[in-house]
Amino acid sequence: MLYVKNISRIITVALIALLSLIPSNASATIVEGTVNSSKELNDFITHHVKDAHSWHIWGENKTQVNADGTVDVLSSTAIHIGLPILLIDNGLVTANSDDFNELRWIEQDGDTTYYAQGKINETEYVMFHEKIYHLGSGLKLDEKGHPTNSRPLDFSLTQNVMSMLLSVVILLLLFLPAAKKYKKQGIHSAPKGRQNFLEIFVVFVRDEIARPNIGEKKYARYMPYLLTIFFFIWLNNLLGLVPFFPGASNVSGNIAFTAVLAVITYLVTQFSGNKDYWKHILLPPVPKALYIIMIPVEIIGTLTKPFALTIRLFANITAGHIVVLAFMGIIFSAKNIGWAGLSVPMGLFISVLELLVAFLQAFIFTMLSALFIGTAVEEHGHH
Amino acid sequence: MVIPAAIGAGLAVIGAGIGIGKIGGSAMEGIARQPEAAGKIQTAMIIAAALIEGVALFGVVVSMG
Repeated sequence: MLYVKNISRIITVALIALLSLIPSNASATIVEGTVNSSKELNDFITHHVKDAHSWHIWGENKTQVNADGTVDVLSSTAIHIGLPILLIDNGLVTANSDDFNELRWIEQDGDTTYYAQGKINETEYVMFHEKIYHLGSGLKLDEKGHPTNSRPLDFSLTQNVMSMLLSVVILLLLFLPAAKKYKKQGIHSAPKGRQNFLEIFVVFVRDEIARPNIGEKKYARYMPYLLTIFFFIWLNNLLGLVPFFPGASNVSGNIAFTAVLAVITYLVTQFSGNKDYWKHILLPPVPKALYIIMIPVEIIGTLTKPFALTIRLFANITAGHIVVLAFMGIIFSAKNIGWAGLSVPMGLFISVLELLVAFLQAFIFTMLSALFIGTAVEEHGHH
Repeated sequence: MVIPAAIGAGLAVIGAGIGIGKIGGSAMEGIARQPEAAGKIQTAMIIAAALIEGVALFGVVVSMG
């Protein structure tokens, strides 16, 4: 207890010391870099939760804006990894994100936006807010600030794709040796090493998610799918919380990612639907005159489930990233390091809360998938 | 257009807060009455809370768009 008391005393002193910096630095600009106003902070956070064509690791550029629309890089501490760009534009076009090497800027309604321009196979492209457009005769914006230029189909291996592949590799490295051991030794010997660790979660998914929701008879068939989405979502959530290089991508906060997972759950549910399930949708036990209302309602009802799954995971994870960044951003938008006394503990608190949310969202996604599959394979249909 | 969106998101969150609060409170009462059923009550509570949260997030996302 004495130990805990000492630590809490040290933290209190540190907090007071940090807060005492507030008056002394009130007028000085401490932070040099890109974030100097709340508008720029907003842009920074939006940029951070979005996907990117190159993987930024560290640092930033100091730039000078020229009147002719070009931007000169004065000095750079930035380290990044260029990622492959794959476009379908009259055939496959391949490039590296470093090919977009001409920095430019454009102004509309007082807002300056930086963008990159590059030449791939004699065609000029523009990367504007991480979206790729044809340059044509120049970049033109509509009144909302979106480019009106045409776009090629973009199948690039972006930061999110790379991060997802990384988590696939981690999962394979974790699970394949364990699975091999079970194959060799059977399930009746005591687990060893990583089996001890993984078995807890596998048994949790089986006993808390699959068995109660799908039923004793049929749960085994859906275990591979449920385990896959559970560990995949959980690992991606956790990697998103790591604030430095191999992590920090917002994979499970990407609506395309969550939508694909939800569509897979939808397809699994529909294809495992039995006679009773389809009877409930297409021939509900109501007067025949109501069919014209009931059948569309039931069909829409099946579609809202994957939609809710998509939005829930996307919004929870993205909101978590935004809140942590916003707390840290208070220091930069107030231009005062004294605010760190408030924003660092709050950021830490939210980060720890996000650890719980990372598990909870993986659990809920898997649980609801199991629930939907369970309603589709239920034997007795006496509604 | 920021303020109406903020009001909309806030209203959605108030609704969800009331809903999840009620679920949490009832689950607590249930567990206190029947501690041996705590596991089952918790699972049901999390599912119901997730469904409500989903609706609240719809509200927030629609306000953002």
